[in-house]
Amino acid sequence: MTTASRPTTPEPSDGRPADREPILQVRDLVKHFPLTQGIVFKRQVGAVQAVDGVSFDLFPGETLGIVGESGCGKSTVAKLLMNLEEPTSGEILYRGEDITKLSGRALKAVRRNIQMVFQDPYTSLNPRMTVGDIIGEPYEIHPEVAPKGDRRKRVQELLDVVGLNPEYINRYPHQFSGGQRQRIGIARGLALRPEVIVADEPVSALDVSVQAQVVNLMERLQDEFNLSYMFIAHDLSIVRHISDRVGVMYLGKIVEVGADAEIYEHPTHPYTQALLSAVPVPDPEARQYRERIILSGDVPSPANPPSGCRFRTRCWKARERCVVEEPLLAVPEAFRGTGGPAAHDSACHFAEEKPVVPRER
Amino acid sequence: MATSVELSTEEGGTYSGPLLDVRNLHVEFRTREGVARAVNGVEYSVDAGETLAVLGESGSGKSVTAQAIMGILDSPPGFVTQGKIIFQGRDLLTLGGEERRKVRGARMAMIFQDALSSLNPVLNVGEQLGEMFTVHRGMSRKEARARAVELMERVRIPAAKERIRSYPHQFSGGMRQRVMIAMAMALEPELIIADEPTTALDVTVQAQVMDLLAELQREYNMGLILITHDLGVVADVADKIAVMYAGRIVETSPVHDIYRAPAHPYTKGLLDSIPRLDQKGQELYAIKGLPPNLLHIPSGCAFHPRCPRARDVCRTDDPPLYRVSQHRASACHFWKETLGDDSVPSDDT
Amino acid sequence: MPENNPLDPEQGPIAPGGGYGAGMDLAASDADTLERAPGHGQEPGGPAGKPRSLWSDAWRDLRRNPVFIISVLIILFLVFISLWPGTIATQDPLQANLQKSQAGSEPGHPFGFDSQGRDVYTRVVYGARASVTVGVCATAGVVLLGSVLGGLAGFFGGWWDAILSRISDVFFGIPVVLGGLVFLSVVTNSTVWPVVGFMVLLGWPQIARIARGSVITARQNDYVQAGRALGAGNSRLLLRHIAPNAVAPVIVVGTIALGTYIALEATLSYLGVGLKPPTVSWGIDISDASNQIRNAPHMLLWPAGALSLTVLAFIMLGDAVRDALDPKLR
Ligand SMILES: Nc1ncnc2c1ncn2[C@@H]1O[C@H](COP(=O)(O)OP(=O)(O)OP(=O)(O)O)[C@@H](O)[C@H]1O
Ligand SMILES: Nc1ncnc2c1ncn2[C@@H]1O[C@H](COP(=O)(O)OP(=O)(O)O)[C@@H](O)[C@H]1O
Ligand code: SF4
Ligand code: SF4
Ligand SMILES: [Mg+2]
Ligand SMILES: [Mg+2]
Repeated sequence: MTTASRPTTPEPSDGRPADREPILQVRDLVKHFPLTQGIVFKRQVGAVQAVDGVSFDLFPGETLGIVGESGCGKSTVAKLLMNLEEPTSGEILYRGEDITKLSGRALKAVRRNIQMVFQDPYTSLNPRMTVGDIIGEPYEIHPEVAPKGDRRKRVQELLDVVGLNPEYINRYPHQFSGGQRQRIGIARGLALRPEVIVADEPVSALDVSVQAQVVNLMERLQDEFNLSYMFIAHDLSIVRHISDRVGVMYLGKIVEVGADAEIYEHPTHPYTQALLSAVPVPDPEARQYRERIILSGDVPSPANPPSGCRFRTRCWKARERCVVEEPLLAVPEAFRGTGGPAAHDSACHFAEEKPVVPRER
Repeated sequence: MATSVELSTEEGGTYSGPLLDVRNLHVEFRTREGVARAVNGVEYSVDAGETLAVLGESGSGKSVTAQAIMGILDSPPGFVTQGKIIFQGRDLLTLGGEERRKVRGARMAMIFQDALSSLNPVLNVGEQLGEMFTVHRGMSRKEARARAVELMERVRIPAAKERIRSYPHQFSGGMRQRVMIAMAMALEPELIIADEPTTALDVTVQAQVMDLLAELQREYNMGLILITHDLGVVADVADKIAVMYAGRIVETSPVHDIYRAPAHPYTKGLLDSIPRLDQKGQELYAIKGLPPNLLHIPSGCAFHPRCPRARDVCRTDDPPLYRVSQHRASACHFWKETLGDDSVPSDDT
Repeated sequence: MPENNPLDPEQGPIAPGGGYGAGMDLAASDADTLERAPGHGQEPGGPAGKPRSLWSDAWRDLRRNPVFIISVLIILFLVFISLWPGTIATQDPLQANLQKSQAGSEPGHPFGFDSQGRDVYTRVVYGARASVTVGVCATAGVVLLGSVLGGLAGFFGGWWDAILSRISDVFFGIPVVLGGLVFLSVVTNSTVWPVVGFMVLLGWPQIARIARGSVITARQNDYVQAGRALGAGNSRLLLRHIAPNAVAPVIVVGTIALGTYIALEATLSYLGVGLKPPTVSWGIDISDASNQIRNAPHMLLWPAGALSLTVLAFIMLGDAVRDALDPKLR
């Protein structure tokens, strides 16, 4: 893998200087979960290749969206970034420092700067803690951030910031609706004033109308606190709405990554094209104008991924070369040097442009 | 496209009404905290070969209505307190337990959101599919097994012969949902109710499953009630749409019209709040506030605390389902304005 | 304090920077919705004055719960008579008067006499000490040992868990009565401690299993991951996040086990390996009386009644504590 560790340049078009230092650099990240048999004397019989060589950069103030089907390794990437799992190999550089090698005090210090918002607002808040205790816990763990007398005020400010009544500090999570709970989760994530927030499907469990409220809140907070988001979701429309750049994952690998317009309007990887064409569009008139690519079969098991290109078992363009040679994540030859929107990283031997998102009339 | 629906009032004689006609259905849950009025006068109908999509936020009573139609309401605490469920000319609510059971499975079937928990984990799928034939049709086990294989092939499960001995947990989510569909299809019912059949699935698999459902429906000319909260899914497959809020239908419409011009502020809010794949807006429109607590449904129009158009009359008068056009109805006092323009009128309070 | 009503939508928070209509409106209507929602009977005007925690809320709840108060009063009374039985029973529990063997109640002897003509009332009072000590100490030991070992096994998993599970299987396999005969017959000490020790030794695996299971369930919740992501150490995760969410089943089984231990003491005493006279215990008296149930039911009634009351008091206490620790029930 030579090209994989090449840092992807961010899209300069949206007003950010392209030469800015990335805040987070992920290099060849691998996580294999061993499959074992036996209880006392464990034998390894294989490995789930949950994440297998993922590289990307995250720049200050930007949102990187990650999409992909269930089980493709999105949450595992998030957990690795949070140091909740230990990578099998690879590096995660936060401001140039490899956080996977840290432990103890140094790790704790880094953790302050990278925080997480969880998917399920019902299980991510301790039902036996008051909201005040939940949002105040970061200050107990990192007492240096806020002096003791100051904490309650800070907690109330945070509630205020996420649009909840500051008087609610003595309530318990079950007294709130899903959307409100997600706001509490976001407030907890903000408490330590992090620079990066990893949001693992933060709105997937919410209803459409409430989902919009939470997405708006996240966008507002990003501007207010200059946060970088890594926004994981399986809903491609939401990801487009919030992201500056988007990475598409399949079976533990990023198969295509680029600025949002590059991915959504000029996808070159067949998987991205299928994924986009399968998104139901809330417009019945579009039925006639759309070409839908319906993939056959299911995602193969990550314990036993196909050789060569991992997508080949479901790809309608697969040929001999795809079986034997693994395509690398790089700008495909056909588009190299064109400078057009199709010239972004795509891991396919036969990458070609195919617009699949119908334009609104 | 299906034939249009006549809201026939007469019963008896040669029945010419819709396949299923739900009228003024009321369901309540009597719980410790009080009476939760989950369904408050739902009206909808489905014809053979037609797909009705029921839309609404979680807790709006979509599933409870479906359970009442199927006769599988959790009772107690749930009780149907009013209304009629006319299926092929007979009011199901007047039928006895045994007769009702005969209708279930054979004439109408249901597909659930969570296929894993609605399949029996200790029986292999062949046994579960075969059971439909041995129990309802009195077939021998061997015959039933052959039919089960046939069914699995029909829902496009590859290598059906081998996989028939697999257990539900050995299938992926999409496959399990296909097995559920196969079970629902087994006795070739006239009506299928699918309660969020693809919510737990990925977009690519969701597309496969919806395609399959639509194809089977066409083949057997079934009525299909598709319950969902995803406006996108609905646009692709439904013929008509019923939008629910706080246990009531607030708008019914053929699918094309509703997306072009919603006649109820809630529908409009839902449509506006979905992010679009093809554009990158600034801020999403968000319906303010939260769905109502069913123990204390707001007076007048239940939507008024969240409605940008609400006026005094909305707080006091419960809007009936106004007829908007031949096939459309909206439960909003100001449906004309909602339909007409996009600007929100100034509040005259 | 009506002017500081948190449920008043007028006083909704003002979103910083202004112009975030959705946020503001939501906060306002949150207030309505929560106000109407059932089951939060906490003082509606409850000013955000003092931050509260689970424990202070639980304590506030308990203080007002009659079940808790009654059970605590019963338990305090039991502790009192265990320490100073002489204050309410002036006679000697060992003094026998064979002439009165199995006689019914009479003035000065409200509960009647047992087979050897000893005063049943006095024996019930004096028996409390041994029985309550065995019950409470055995339960405390079992719960402490079991939940610590089981909890750690559940939390850390791996080798620690595998070894512990095998060890607890071994103890599970030992039949209690047989084990008692073997283990206690070699002990000559006639105090309650060998009996308590034996019960803890055989009883902890039961609690360990339950604790392990509920810790594993609690550990899988996202809020534990969230704590870890914040940088919380294992002890904080265990004490703040897991223990409060895993303790309920342990409380239930523990309080029910308490009665079982008092009864088990009786069985062991009956077999001659438990407490030995002159120690007085309800268990000994119940096993004596059970032979005489036809002739003298009062001999059984009173010690058995005292035992039931004790067990009931602890079960009530356990229930009250468990409910108080569940904010959903408030
Ligand atoms: N602790 C673990 N042990 C073994 N396998 C695991 C573990 N955690 C995750 N996996 C496997 O790793 C793969 C990737 O999982 P991951 O949770 O990252 O998927 P995901 O993309 O987040 O999916 P979803 O959209 O369903 O959340 C899956 O096949 C999963 O079963
Ligand atoms: N068994 C039950 N007991 C009490 N309330 C119930 C029960 N089942 C459903 N409800 C309530 O009925 C309302 C409508 O639920 P449902 O029809 O499932 O909503 P949805 O529109 O999301 O399908 C909800 O408030 C729900 O809590
Ligand atoms: S490399 Fe081959 S199999 Fe893979 S996506 Fe491209 S064409 Fe399909
Ligand atoms: S009746 Fe009034 S409150 Fe209800 S939807 Fe119409 S305008 Fe809004
Ligand atoms: Mg995930
Ligand atoms: Mg439902």
